[in-house]
Amino acid sequence: MGGKSGLINLAILAALLLLVLPLSLDIFRLNLVGKYLTFAFVAMGLVLLWGKAGVLSLGQGIFFGLGGYCMAMFLKLEASDPVSTKIQSTPGIPDFMDWNQLTHLPAFWIPFRSLPFTLFAVVALPALVALVVGYAMFKRRVGGVYFAVITQALALLLSLGIDGNQGLTGGRNGITDLRTLLGWDIRTKSAQYILYFITCIFLMLLILAGQWMLSGKMGKLLDAMREREDRVRFSGYDVSAMKVFIFCLAAALSGIGGALFVLQVGFISPSLVGIVPSIEMVIFVAVGGRGSLYGAIYGALLVNTAKSLFSESFPQLWLFFMGGLFIAVVMLFPDGLAGVYDLGKRKAGSLLEKFRDRPRRPPEITPLIGSVCEQEKS
Amino acid sequence: MSSNTSFQLALEDLTVSFDGFKAVDGLNLYIEKDELRVIIGPNGAGKTTVLDLICGKTKPTEGSVKFNNRELVGMPEHQIVRAGVGRKFQTPSIYENLTVYENLEVSFPRGRGVFGCLAFTSTPDVTERIRSVADEIYLKEHLEVEGAALSHGQKQWLEIGMLLMQEPQLIMLDEPVAGMSPAEREKTAELLGRISKGRCILIVEHDMEFVSRIAHKVTVLHLGKIIAEGSMEKIQNDPKVIEVYLGH
Repeated sequence: MGGKSGLINLAILAALLLLVLPLSLDIFRLNLVGKYLTFAFVAMGLVLLWGKAGVLSLGQGIFFGLGGYCMAMFLKLEASDPVSTKIQSTPGIPDFMDWNQLTHLPAFWIPFRSLPFTLFAVVALPALVALVVGYAMFKRRVGGVYFAVITQALALLLSLGIDGNQGLTGGRNGITDLRTLLGWDIRTKSAQYILYFITCIFLMLLILAGQWMLSGKMGKLLDAMREREDRVRFSGYDVSAMKVFIFCLAAALSGIGGALFVLQVGFISPSLVGIVPSIEMVIFVAVGGRGSLYGAIYGALLVNTAKSLFSESFPQLWLFFMGGLFIAVVMLFPDGLAGVYDLGKRKAGSLLEKFRDRPRRPPEITPLIGSVCEQEKS
Repeated sequence: MSSNTSFQLALEDLTVSFDGFKAVDGLNLYIEKDELRVIIGPNGAGKTTVLDLICGKTKPTEGSVKFNNRELVGMPEHQIVRAGVGRKFQTPSIYENLTVYENLEVSFPRGRGVFGCLAFTSTPDVTERIRSVADEIYLKEHLEVEGAALSHGQKQWLEIGMLLMQEPQLIMLDEPVAGMSPAEREKTAELLGRISKGRCILIVEHDMEFVSRIAHKVTVLHLGKIIAEGSMEKIQNDPKVIEVYLGH
């Protein structure tokens, strides 16, 4: 994972996201891509958590949802000013609260009138929840399947909790009819273009940050932990603290993705929080390659594109197809697309080498050691 | 039980029972600075368990482990390591996907916290230390080799090197020469002799010939209890030891 090949990968991604797709797709399709890219944030978090730290979470929808709901609450409050809600029995509160006979804004909604607080919460709330859950589990050395099942249960819990409290959260319909961000209409075409590019830039900045982190000591330590957790612990590291940190990081990334989702798509609902989306996110990563940040992004783009195309024509079959895809990838390409890409690169490299070597003399075997010594001297 | 001792490591009344079975039973063991102690005993004697108890992998049911007069029982493993205790496992536990250099670098005792780890940069003193340790463990020429490509004996040395990076005052080794060729044993004995200066070493070993070469003092364990302790000659002539261990 040298700095040079990292830059090439980034340049390819930048060319695709910033030039090829915007120039070749209409705004409806480009907006869809923007939506898929918000899942790529979750996928990046999963690469760190699952691919690097070796901890599989089946509940990343929780954090995507928390980030999304924070953003949606701010936008909903802005859309519910007393003038536009004057036909309600209590003007100035979100419409679904009025339908549920609420007469004042619940206390936990009040801070979300502030944009700085909202932006802070988009990152901090998922990270805080991850801190509490992670600390409780990793300190007790809960891992593997148990951790996956518990996170899955939490995702179900949160989605049911949102679903069941219609007056507070908008219930099953979620928070809809979002309009403006500080007076800027996010539903217009130009806004959708701008939000798409903002999403791309955030994604690439975070990739760079992630690459920087993985190229340093943390990357080596995560590799080491995945292989020999005990050895790392007996080298004086608090392994559970490292896992809690990565879990929080993955949660914060997912939260950012959730917030960008809401800005681009204009709503959030419990169907994006629960078990199915959480597992779908794992599939994006498995397909893209859980060891590669870039793989995760391409995985999210590809699986979602396939989902859109496929479910347009065969809506009932989509889930079966996705399940089959997951099984096939795990069995045939355990390192996903990134693994296939690496293999291809290596094969091409060795072919090229053979081709280059052909006109040369056959390699001399005996003076090898001598020549190495000479090289060192010179 | 607040006995202050002049020993570097003092185990007192150390007991652990697994579902009523006492794997280690009222053990008292004292090791001095600069001492190289070997624990021997038949299978199931509780040798590895003693190491587990010292390094915090297993929590004792009773008793105390004092290291430089500091109680280790109840401390989390990574704190025990930071207090100066290094542990090598029975099967070589190195990071196969990292190079020898990286294996040693990860073991360098700096940047152990989350944020220290993020901020860690390899300074010349780290590189220098890695080189000197690699020289000591006969892997100077192999710094860029991946762990997986090392021979079994080299892996054992590398793990010892990873301990040395931490500059521990107590090194515990579980069967360090298992699976080594005679030439490698020779070099390992030399290595152990060199590194025992200024610290104490506790080794669990089966190979009697090797034990007699390296040990300052030998402790014989049987069913979780010490049945003999002393020099190798004394042990070899002890009738109790011959009965349970050397006899067959």
